[in-house]
Amino acid sequence: MTISPPSDFASTAEQPRWQRYFGFSTDHKVIGLQYLVCGFLFYFIGGALAGALRTELLTPISDFMPREVYNELLTLHGTVMIFLWIVPVVNGAFGNYLIPFYVGARDMAYPRLNAVAFWMIPPAGVLLISSYFLGGASQSGWTAYPPLSLNTAATGQVIWILSVLLLGGSSIFGAINFVGTILKMRRPGLQMMQLPMYCWAMLGTSILVLLSTPVLAGTLVLLSFDIVAHTGFFNPAMGGNAVVYQHLFWFYSHPAVYIMVLPAFGLVSEILPVHARKPLFGYTTMVYSIMAIVFLGLIVWAHHMFTSGTPPWMRLFFTIATSFIAVPTGIKFFNWLATLWGGSISLNSAVMFSCGFIVNFVFGGITGIALAQVPFDIHVHDTYFVVGHFHYIVYGGTVFVIFASIYHWYPKVMGRLLNEPLGQLHFWLTFIGLNLCFAPQHWLGLNGMPRRVAEYDPQFQFINQISSVGALLMAVSTLPFLINVIWSAYRGTVAGDNPWNALTPEWLTSSPPPEENWHGEAPLVHEPYGYGLKSPVSS
Amino acid sequence: MPIPPRILTLLIGTALVLVGLWVGQNVNLLPVDASVNAPLYDELFKVLFSIGTTLFIGIVGMVLYSLTRFRRRSDTAGEVLAVEGNLPLEILWTAIPAVVVLFVGIYSFDIYDRMGGMVPMHDHSMASMQTAQEPEEKTWAGISPASVEGEPPATAVPIEVTAMQFAFIFHYPEADIISGELHVPAGQPVSLRMTANDVIHAFWVPEFRLKQDIIPGQPTLLSFTATRPGRYPIVCAELCGAYHGGMRSTVIVEEPEDFANWVAQNSPVKATPTSSAVIS
Repeated sequence: MTISPPSDFASTAEQPRWQRYFGFSTDHKVIGLQYLVCGFLFYFIGGALAGALRTELLTPISDFMPREVYNELLTLHGTVMIFLWIVPVVNGAFGNYLIPFYVGARDMAYPRLNAVAFWMIPPAGVLLISSYFLGGASQSGWTAYPPLSLNTAATGQVIWILSVLLLGGSSIFGAINFVGTILKMRRPGLQMMQLPMYCWAMLGTSILVLLSTPVLAGTLVLLSFDIVAHTGFFNPAMGGNAVVYQHLFWFYSHPAVYIMVLPAFGLVSEILPVHARKPLFGYTTMVYSIMAIVFLGLIVWAHHMFTSGTPPWMRLFFTIATSFIAVPTGIKFFNWLATLWGGSISLNSAVMFSCGFIVNFVFGGITGIALAQVPFDIHVHDTYFVVGHFHYIVYGGTVFVIFASIYHWYPKVMGRLLNEPLGQLHFWLTFIGLNLCFAPQHWLGLNGMPRRVAEYDPQFQFINQISSVGALLMAVSTLPFLINVIWSAYRGTVAGDNPWNALTPEWLTSSPPPEENWHGEAPLVHEPYGYGLKSPVSS
Repeated sequence: MPIPPRILTLLIGTALVLVGLWVGQNVNLLPVDASVNAPLYDELFKVLFSIGTTLFIGIVGMVLYSLTRFRRRSDTAGEVLAVEGNLPLEILWTAIPAVVVLFVGIYSFDIYDRMGGMVPMHDHSMASMQTAQEPEEKTWAGISPASVEGEPPATAVPIEVTAMQFAFIFHYPEADIISGELHVPAGQPVSLRMTANDVIHAFWVPEFRLKQDIIPGQPTLLSFTATRPGRYPIVCAELCGAYHGGMRSTVIVEEPEDFANWVAQNSPVKATPTSSAVIS
């Protein structure tokens, strides 16, 4: 069987291939790729914004751009990276592509809602970016704390709110679809405890989205009233309370961290067993850990507010709750180590990025446990220590997993393998760049550099320059990746249907898959990680 | 003679803990300590750094060992043992992080208590500042005064701080001094009553290991005792607008007699018995 991705893709489609990707397709595979490509476009925009910020920080004085523009760019950088890159890709892209395969369905539960959810993202993104050209973007950071968000750049702030509301709506629609698909679309005979781990991760994530995103939406509507209608919900000058906003904002935005990392945990759990040729260690404890993280993730938000006049009892409660997230998270990491232990590990790019994720996330997790301690946080809160910490989590953690997943599933989608040497080059450039960029920032924070500043104490210049060099390396690292993805689509080694000899259901059909996923009945996979088992793992 | 695996694990574990302890005790990543809080903070930092180093080296070591030892040599996947779980092992690595975070939590609570974090918000040092004109006003405390043990509690020096875009203004109510820099005596508690005029700012002195947001509509009390004479930066740590990065000031910690001289030279009011009692 010769596979030429362009023609094969179109074979069962009613439209030419390229048109489907720009239209209102209800095919979950098309929608997944729409999320992925759209996410990557915004990733490059967000990365260019980061490059501008790091260029400004090469010198201690504000000389590269006006200070107002610096604040606009840092707001756009944070918002784009969170709401238009990581959340849509790690949930929408992989979730839509994989979940119907994993439950043995032909599509998601609500295909039209699915298309609506995707098509809310490009306009929201364009709207957000356009605010920069329509009199200036929001200058209050992605947190939009009042009263600053009430006092500066009203147009930009209102556009920011509209855009985030659209993106939050898209996220809620997606979550409804995942819950419906995982609970109700399973192939007959497939038990919940036989599902691949990514399904559990997406179920947990979707619960978090459904419980917390509406709170953010309501809060932002009130904030927009304060700006447009001059109400006083959060405006102290009118009897409002600025701290209430912070509670409501973080009630979503801390779970948002888990909305960004739980799917990544799920994807790594799919990748490691395949390439280590071993069952996923401790399936049951992995499931319970996900649910424990979901529960704890909802009751830790005030650790972002330890310096906001938070009373002592609240500081203590949130310290303890936050610290205990380390327990279920630790279980997951030890289980991945045990999955690797004694395996037959192929050191390909997918595994390298997965292991890079483990190393980076452990580092970010350790600084996270330190940050959870009130007396520790009181010194480093709102400094570059925190900037370093959360980039280790979202970039070193989730973005590494996104890349690992692309190396792993590219042959599924395209029928061809990605080039391995280019992948290794991509990994090492990204890994070194990340650590060079973000590790020194911890020192900056400990020694007195606050975050979100365009100018700083000259004694920090050298360390900031090292950090900027790391950022440059991360920018360069996308080149081998882009070349690889484009070149391999036409010239890559033909993969065959199942190049990794994987047992999870998406590999038990042709690569790329047919329109409705299966050539006949969907297979019943009751041991998705049954590597080395003598009994049959599917029927 | 081959070493049994259990003994080897124990030896490696012990070595890791020792390395962690050594690194934690010898690491020097923090600026100079200049308040009563700071040595407590540095003690906590050393303990956290030791634990973090042990865990990080241990886990990264396991990843690197697995990738080299269990690397697939040929193209064909070899037969491996299908291990799907191990309950005692899973209980062990649930227990390890649980014990570690319990220890860290209790220890950091102890540090927080010694910093004065658990002192009720309305104590003697604040009573003097709660004037009758604003009885309904809410106050929100940061870390409360940490009095040096064994000494009688000294009266705190009251200072009013106003934060605005993009400056801090310090007002000494007793001596009626308005200053752009904060002068404080070494070894004596200082009580800041902080208000913000426009947006949220934060008062941060890295050498004091102390930070408190200043939120409009919520006058906030923050107490500390400086120990080491010198000049240290005051940094605004909450995004407050275009010139946020330039919103800086200086705290000047002086010997008590130098501080008294500074007050005497700058005060427009004659020294009264109450104000001299406060600063002596």
